[in-house]
Amino acid sequence: MRILKQYAWPAGVAGSFALFVLLSHAAAFAPGEAMGESFLSFFWQMLKILPCVFVLIGLFDVWVKRETVEKHLGRESSALSYLWAVLLGGTMVGGLHVALPVGHVLRVKRAKLAVVLAFLSASAICRVPMTLFEIAFLGWRFSCVRFAVSLPLVVLSSAILGHWFDRLQYRLPDIDGPERKGL
Amino acid sequence: MLILYMITAFLVGVSFLAAPRKTGRALDVALRRFLRILPTFVVVMVLVAVVLHLVPDHLVMRVLARESKWAAMVSAIGFGSVSVIPGFIAFPLCGLLRDRGALYMVISAFSTTLMMVGVVTFPMEKVYLGARLAFWRNATALVIAIVVAVATGFVFGELP
Repeated sequence: MRILKQYAWPAGVAGSFALFVLLSHAAAFAPGEAMGESFLSFFWQMLKILPCVFVLIGLFDVWVKRETVEKHLGRESSALSYLWAVLLGGTMVGGLHVALPVGHVLRVKRAKLAVVLAFLSASAICRVPMTLFEIAFLGWRFSCVRFAVSLPLVVLSSAILGHWFDRLQYRLPDIDGPERKGL
Repeated sequence: MLILYMITAFLVGVSFLAAPRKTGRALDVALRRFLRILPTFVVVMVLVAVVLHLVPDHLVMRVLARESKWAAMVSAIGFGSVSVIPGFIAFPLCGLLRDRGALYMVISAFSTTLMMVGVVTFPMEKVYLGARLAFWRNATALVIAIVVAVATGFVFGELP
């Protein structure tokens, strides 16, 4: 039942989109055709890296001890934990679709929420290849301002949000099913 | 890309030699989590494809290179939050914008919201973070993007 509910509306969306693209092809409706093409190209690009990412997450899950993560990134960890979060985020590949599952598994291993949030934001703003690209097009001065202003704010806001949600005893959604409680 | 596959294959191999059953469990976790996110992922990709064509590059160009700096800034924030443009398209677009005379602070508002705020990717964030945390993460990211844009304006002499 849970599975049915989970797949019902995505299947609806995907189905109607597929129908729309097919009809666009039949009627030679250019925007519809283009949407279909960009969907396939994005989807393929992501699908190429996601299996690796999830297998690596799986290996991380079974091999890395909860205590190790907890010690460096957990509740009792020092301010250095934010440095790890930013470095880890900066060296990620792909975008949010990779960072989110990685952030989630870190949380499962008892990293504190603030660190997970800092990691997610860092993976958005300071991925290395992306930054090199930015410098090439907009100049190093532009990137320097962006880094100097956004990084401290990201750490600060993550810390505030993290502590606030911890006080609320917020739990991340359970994505592994019933056997894995207590995030 | 190939290197990612090689590293993954190598690690799975090592893991399998060390502990076959544990490796099986890892692959099980991987498959389960992948299947869990796949439907939401497909929906997000459909949204991305649709939004990309509803907000075409030339529209972004025209609006962001406008005369009034605050109007351009507000539309940059709006476009950046709503659309999802991959980096390899976004930065060349930003370069073009600058050549057309758009202000650095407008470009900054656009590129920073593009990176940090995701209206379209919200369903995916909701799966992992829950709606409430996902909302607040995006809200603070929006504020940060505005601060970054204003700071850029000062540094490049476009403000006050």
